[in-house]
Amino acid sequence: MNSTPVLQLKGIHKIFPSVHALKGVNFTLRAGEIHALLGENGAGKSTLIKVMTGVYQRDSGDILLDGQPIFPNNTGDAQALGVSTVYQEVNLLPNLTVAQNIYLGREPRRFGLINWGKVNRDAQELLKGYDLDIDVTLPLSSYSIAVQQLIAIARGVDMSAKVLILDEPTASLDADEVQSLFRIMRDLKARGIGIVFVTHFLDQVYAVCDRITILRNAQLVGEFETATLSRSELIGHMLGKELAALGDHKPPTNSECGDALLNVQGIGRNATLSPTDLQVCKGEVVGLAGLLGSGRTELCRLIFGVDKKHNGSITFNGKTVNVNSPRDAITAGMGLCPEDRKHDGILGQLSIRENMILARQIKQGWWKFISRKEQEEIANRYVKELSIATSDIEKPIEQLSGGNQQKVILARWLAANPSLLILDEPTRGIDIGAHAEIIRLIRKLCDQGLALVVASSELEELVAFSNKVIVLRDRQKVAELEDGDINPQRIMQAIASN
Amino acid sequence: MNTLSKNQNLRRYLWPCAGLLVLLVINVIIAPEFFHIEFKDGRFYGSLIDVLNRAAPVALLAIGMSLVIATAGVDLSVGSIMAIAGAVSAYYITKGVDNLALIIGAGLIAGLIAGIVNGFLVGYMSIQPIVATLILMVAGRGIAQLVNEGQIVTFDHSGFAFLGTGSFLGLPFPVVLVIITFAIVQLLTRRTALGLYIEAVGANPSASHYMGLNAKAIKMSVYCVAALCAALAGMIAAADIRGSDANNAGLWLELDAILAVVIGGASLMGGRFSIFLAIIGALIIQTLTVTIILSGIPPKFNLLIKASAIIVVLLLQSPLFQKQLAQLKFRKATSVTNTAKEAKNA
Repeated sequence: MNSTPVLQLKGIHKIFPSVHALKGVNFTLRAGEIHALLGENGAGKSTLIKVMTGVYQRDSGDILLDGQPIFPNNTGDAQALGVSTVYQEVNLLPNLTVAQNIYLGREPRRFGLINWGKVNRDAQELLKGYDLDIDVTLPLSSYSIAVQQLIAIARGVDMSAKVLILDEPTASLDADEVQSLFRIMRDLKARGIGIVFVTHFLDQVYAVCDRITILRNAQLVGEFETATLSRSELIGHMLGKELAALGDHKPPTNSECGDALLNVQGIGRNATLSPTDLQVCKGEVVGLAGLLGSGRTELCRLIFGVDKKHNGSITFNGKTVNVNSPRDAITAGMGLCPEDRKHDGILGQLSIRENMILARQIKQGWWKFISRKEQEEIANRYVKELSIATSDIEKPIEQLSGGNQQKVILARWLAANPSLLILDEPTRGIDIGAHAEIIRLIRKLCDQGLALVVASSELEELVAFSNKVIVLRDRQKVAELEDGDINPQRIMQAIASN
Repeated sequence: MNTLSKNQNLRRYLWPCAGLLVLLVINVIIAPEFFHIEFKDGRFYGSLIDVLNRAAPVALLAIGMSLVIATAGVDLSVGSIMAIAGAVSAYYITKGVDNLALIIGAGLIAGLIAGIVNGFLVGYMSIQPIVATLILMVAGRGIAQLVNEGQIVTFDHSGFAFLGTGSFLGLPFPVVLVIITFAIVQLLTRRTALGLYIEAVGANPSASHYMGLNAKAIKMSVYCVAALCAALAGMIAAADIRGSDANNAGLWLELDAILAVVIGGASLMGGRFSIFLAIIGALIIQTLTVTIILSGIPPKFNLLIKASAIIVVLLLQSPLFQKQLAQLKFRKATSVTNTAKEAKNA
């Protein structure tokens, strides 16, 4: 095997205003290998890819292509240098023909005019190399996503690619389509192209990849040979084990469970989550474990009514509640801190005060206006209680760091006096100090009698505070662990078992 | 402790108010009689009062428009709704209805129906606001023409004419109507949580959904308020000329209303709104027109001068432009200190 790296990233740092997205990450891709890039949401995978392809510019570090430093300023630059990317959502032009898409911007010309005959003949010829015998004069949109993806790959490779990045290419493909994609990938590998393969399907990693690079919390965990890394080791690396500072398994103990506060029976939604049961008692933390796409977030959203459930029922506080929208869930006494804080959580332009009181105001109704004075009292109280670092409650929330934004969202729900709080990845993308604070807060809230459902990809975190851990895999519940069984090894076994 | 964000809040008010002030000062310089107000026959007269009176229809539209824009929408149909409301009122007067409450009520109900159509298309059918309201912008004038049967309908009804030409406490009645509308909408949005809800839906629709806000109902209500404001403005315009002209009533005024809101510092992307600043915006537009007339510049330059002045106001408010200005100042300051340092080192 050719051992000289075709693409090498050394000590890459990328800093955004509110988050340090890459902390000195190294990545080495050899010519003629398929290299998996793995990590949970927010680990830094997509940022790293965007740095490679010129969407973002690195703040420090080196990128070497064939040993030469490169500085791509945009995707066009990267492509011209030989680094092509194919995304999950194919970013070609659906209204143009297949042939036009393949030769867009580099059409063969004759007397200064585009030679359409040659465009079509060449495209046809090129696609034959990918086992695609299709009519290249039809619009791209008339073919399936799988075919469109192969066309995108063909275009990328034809533009003299040395490095091909496939970002979640298999997410919307069926099993046969995945197999034919793998065949093409192996072909390209034999031709000496280096392939970066991003996926969250571990089976696929073991099926085609030679080596694996794992990121977590913006840092490099390590680079491994696929052949020598067991599945449970891999999951261990992805989910992390070094939050030892959080302490041992120490769930809140004052839970007195006669009847469960929340009793979810067979809740499910077609193609999203198989019917799942869940019980939560007052003063209890139930952890939801599983990899990205396992159904953690989906379960949270179904309970809270963000997505409509197709089957199952919810009993809350002894009463059957019909949750069809977040409003119903809130009226019943629930709250949800969503996973994607920026998109679903914060109201960027509005102040910390307004962000905090809004859920309570909505619960009360618009005519029962919370006076300005009361709003300020609430905001000041939570700023103090949750030690939110801000000079001023009137500051727009978008100016806070990720950890402080998360605390404001937590305060928003606490101010609404729920009896059950669902936290979806409460510690994602926040620094380690704020991380520990949020864990302490979760314990404290439980001691005060709040019931919590916490979805997290940090195993140590779940182990630290959960009374019960529900493990999800492939959109269904695969295990329910209690007390003595709650440790990272058991959870990992449950995730990895086939 | 609160100084930083108080400053930010003040700055929002600073530029529009300063812009209006500068225009007024220019007016005084080129025409000293600008501020001259006299009291005659129980009402005030003067250029300043004229500005207020003439700005009233756009100010009314801007009140409604600022709510719509806060939800990241836009309402292009308000000019046409003015024509509909004027036509409906004129229709009832010419049919012999004498009860003023009935005539005004009919105009307002016509407006409300238009608002419900807009709110339904935008809120419940998720059609892009610019397209949804374009429908009524075009069709609305057609409806008004049908009501008028293709004619310019004139009428004589002293009670209704009072809307456009009467006076109350010495002020032209349209100005009084603007003040009343402002007070009602301000009360509704700032003394209840509705204003915050509107800003929340505009700032982040997804997060608002997670908090249980009913964005559909909120959008419906802002388009209804905008349409009611437009109906009132339409009746003022009809009362002013004692007639309903379906082709010209409120023509292009939706653009002035949007401009007024934007001059008032609102973002078309939704979020924060201020009705007060939207009215200041309407006053700036009207004052500018008067300034151009008073300055004796040939009328053919009017539109260009207006456009240039507005570009300046908008640039001053643009965060990017402010940042670049600040950097320019910073660079000057650092280059000065650098040269000072170099001088010292040498």
